Amino acid sequence: MTTGTMLIDGVPVSFEYGQTIMEAAMAAKIFIPHLCHHPEFTPQGSCKLCTVKASGRYVSACTMSAKDGMEVENNTPDLNDKRRTLLQMLFVEGNHFCPSCEKSGNCMLQALAYELEMLSPRFEQFFPNRPVDASHPDFLLDFNRCILCELCVRASRDVDGKNVFALAGRGIHKHLIVNARSGQLADTDFSLQDRAAHVCPVGVILEKRKGFAVPIGQRQYDETPIGQQMDELAARSAKAEE
Amino acid sequence: MDDFKHCAYLDPILTRFENRSDYLVQILREAQDCFGYLHQDAIDYLATKLNLPRARVEGAASFYSFLHLQPPGRYRVLFSDNITDRMLGNQALMERFCRNLWVEPGKPAEDGLVSVDFTSCTGMCDQGPALLVNGHVLTRMSVERVDRISELIRGKVALTDWPHEYFVVADNIRRRDVLLGGDWQAGEPIRAALARGADGVLAEMKLSNLRGRGGAGFTTAVKWESARLAPCQGERAERYIVCNADEGEPGTFKDRVLLNSYADLLFDGMTVAGFAVGATKGLVYLRGEYRYLLPKLLANLERRRIDGLLGTTVCGQVGFDFDIEIHLGAGAYVCGEETALIESLEGKRGVPRVRPPFPVTRGYLGQPTVVNNVETLCKAATIALNGGAWFAGLGTKQSTGTKLISVSGDVEVPGIYEYPFGVSVDRVLNDCGAGNAQAVQISGASGVCLAVHEFGRRIAFEDVPTAGAFMVFGAHRDMFEVARNFSHFFAHESCGFCTPCRVGTALVAKLMDKVASGSGSQYDINEIVSLQRVMQAASHCGLGQAACNPVMDTLQKFRPAYERHLRALDFEPSFDLDESLATSRQLTGRDDSGAHFGQ
Ligand SMILES: Cc1cc2nc3c(=O)[nH]c(=O)nc-3n(C[C@H](O)[C@H](O)[C@H](O)COP(=O)(O)O)c2cc1C
Ligand code: SF4
Ligand code: SF4
Ligand code: FES
Repeated sequence: MTTGTMLIDGVPVSFEYGQTIMEAAMAAKIFIPHLCHHPEFTPQGSCKLCTVKASGRYVSACTMSAKDGMEVENNTPDLNDKRRTLLQMLFVEGNHFCPSCEKSGNCMLQALAYELEMLSPRFEQFFPNRPVDASHPDFLLDFNRCILCELCVRASRDVDGKNVFALAGRGIHKHLIVNARSGQLADTDFSLQDRAAHVCPVGVILEKRKGFAVPIGQRQYDETPIGQQMDELAARSAKAEE
Repeated sequence: MDDFKHCAYLDPILTRFENRSDYLVQILREAQDCFGYLHQDAIDYLATKLNLPRARVEGAASFYSFLHLQPPGRYRVLFSDNITDRMLGNQALMERFCRNLWVEPGKPAEDGLVSVDFTSCTGMCDQGPALLVNGHVLTRMSVERVDRISELIRGKVALTDWPHEYFVVADNIRRRDVLLGGDWQAGEPIRAALARGADGVLAEMKLSNLRGRGGAGFTTAVKWESARLAPCQGERAERYIVCNADEGEPGTFKDRVLLNSYADLLFDGMTVAGFAVGATKGLVYLRGEYRYLLPKLLANLERRRIDGLLGTTVCGQVGFDFDIEIHLGAGAYVCGEETALIESLEGKRGVPRVRPPFPVTRGYLGQPTVVNNVETLCKAATIALNGGAWFAGLGTKQSTGTKLISVSGDVEVPGIYEYPFGVSVDRVLNDCGAGNAQAVQISGASGVCLAVHEFGRRIAFEDVPTAGAFMVFGAHRDMFEVARNFSHFFAHESCGFCTPCRVGTALVAKLMDKVASGSGSQYDINEIVSLQRVMQAASHCGLGQAACNPVMDTLQKFRPAYERHLRALDFEPSFDLDESLATSRQLTGRDDSGAHFGQ
């Protein structure tokens, strides 16, 4: 196994050839903000929260291979400022009412907003019309909160072999659909055992009758900021998130 | 499920495409041609037959502007909405048309007869305003024509019985240089290439220093050589030559002319590339707007097969097999981006891939693939024939050869002008009769906007690079409106894959509308500038990275055009900062300059 070394914010980080900047950073317990990345799945590079500067160029840490001698800027005011804007974009694109969301405290979008000190949504809200799908006996889909990270798409396709989820539309009208003519989750073969049932980083795919099992205030990101949970983030593949 | 009547037209299509799911976009397009739109039953049937998840079929269909999952009108009328169409009055014409037929844009008429909407630049800027009716292009719209068309639709007259002259697309070639003025027999460049051998062709290509004409300006010989050296993968191991004929950049229409009148040169160029790279198959990705060219192009390919210029043993060269097929796009500018184009060729949503790997190592179906612009391939054919030194002797040192320029806007003679690289903007303006230009948008919406003091600059990779568009704006034009039109273009065409472009282009278009409505302030302009920084830095592909170029350029060079629309030049706070410090000054007994704001 060949290895190399790069610098992330001046700190030497060693990596194995073929690893991405994100993978190497995670292994070294360096936090690079991310939403669409998940250690268990093929990187896709769409949320752009992981944007870093590598040898002077902006790149996505989750898809860019680490190279020997690479100098990576990560935790800088410029990058965090851009990431904050990206978060604000995601907040206004959907309908996010954190106080009434079952995922509050366990939500990566919300946790990153705290981590990156996002104080307001800043831009005019889009208020898209995205009806909730409550057809399935065990699951509720609240599309209002979908950030289009495609983790459910990848999990269902690559792990479950089911292709329950897919994307439709283009541009700002892009949205998640399920694999049924009716458009209803109940008419798919989605089940509690699916990996896709447990990967959503925000509050779209929610198990029914399990609401507020852990009180708000004591949830994953309530107690410790996401930026200090490197072990948990790296171990996400080992356990099914709740 | 009533798949009865749907299988009747779907089965022959599926058979023709061998039930291959990688032809999904082509299959959907043809299915729609038969039935008018993509019925739910048709989606189910295709999903089953192609062994694809239904949601993937639906997801692909919903990506393309020209594919419909809901019944549009029996006459689908789309008004081309490039800024050049606007300058020629397309908005008033559309309003008139809607009034004639009692229909609202975006909503099919209640009787299902007609639907009307705008569409992105159709590549007819030299003969606009243009329309697409059921996918067929109509040029030079006028009040008379729009009224006549309204009658034809009301009378349910078949499109084939409409006046022929409405469908005429002129080449409008205004200046010929070595490419447009050349006179070659079909197949001549191939024979010349065979005589030189594959290594010889590559050597001439290197010598020519030909750079891509599609926008990025990558050295063609390097691309060809990389693909030639890259190993093929798996079962269907072969290399591909892809011709990018998507020509979606607003204001660009030179590939349209090459495809119409120089198709042999293009196919020769593709075959030469195939020979040099070791590819056996060529694919042309023709934008949906140019489907009127399809019958002619297919007939040409057929003739070439008969003449031995395509197929097995091309031009008698044993061991050299090469054929070409044409895929039609379905209304998505982003599919001009080479990896999105490949995704579309594979029957998927046109979303740009993560690079690396680049297409030269893993492109179409995972195989080494060369993607070249139409003009690049035509030039390659002339290089195979005349040699690299000949080509390198034209233009400038860094930008060899000639360039086709698509001139439109406020000029007397719009059309195609071929110049050696290095020509000045002034010269082009003179030649096309641009009287009082205040600005030229070069290389389309994602290019640069030049103001009068920059007209001495030269068209070349080292100065003002271009994919070919040259849109001229007279002194009476509102440059803010130009930028606003482009901001809507990008919002409409964003594929939606990455956050900065998906949301950013929509936000910028909204902010530009706010300014246009007279309720914007400097604060909104600052927001656009801040969004631009994020979009340029973090977007996944060139579309999002360049989407704010027109706004930034015009902001910088035509500031008054913006200020006319602004309610307040600066953000006006509702309280006075200095005044709010008065109490503190009093308490501390200070009144020096450090105790005041802005002094
Ligand atoms: C959003 C976007 C749209 C593009 N559209 C086109 C196009 O319509 N035609 C084209 O030839 N190249 C287009 N390109 C450039 C292609 O990605 C690619 O660089 C080109 O086809 C390569 O051919 P060349 O080297 O011969 O120029 C586009 C690029 C981007 C980012
Ligand atoms: S439902 Fe959740 S996992 Fe799926 S794309 Fe939306 S945010 Fe991502
Ligand atoms: S920049 Fe725009 S067009 Fe390109 S991948 Fe991102 S969303 Fe799609
Ligand atoms: S985490 Fe890298 S783009 Fe989403």
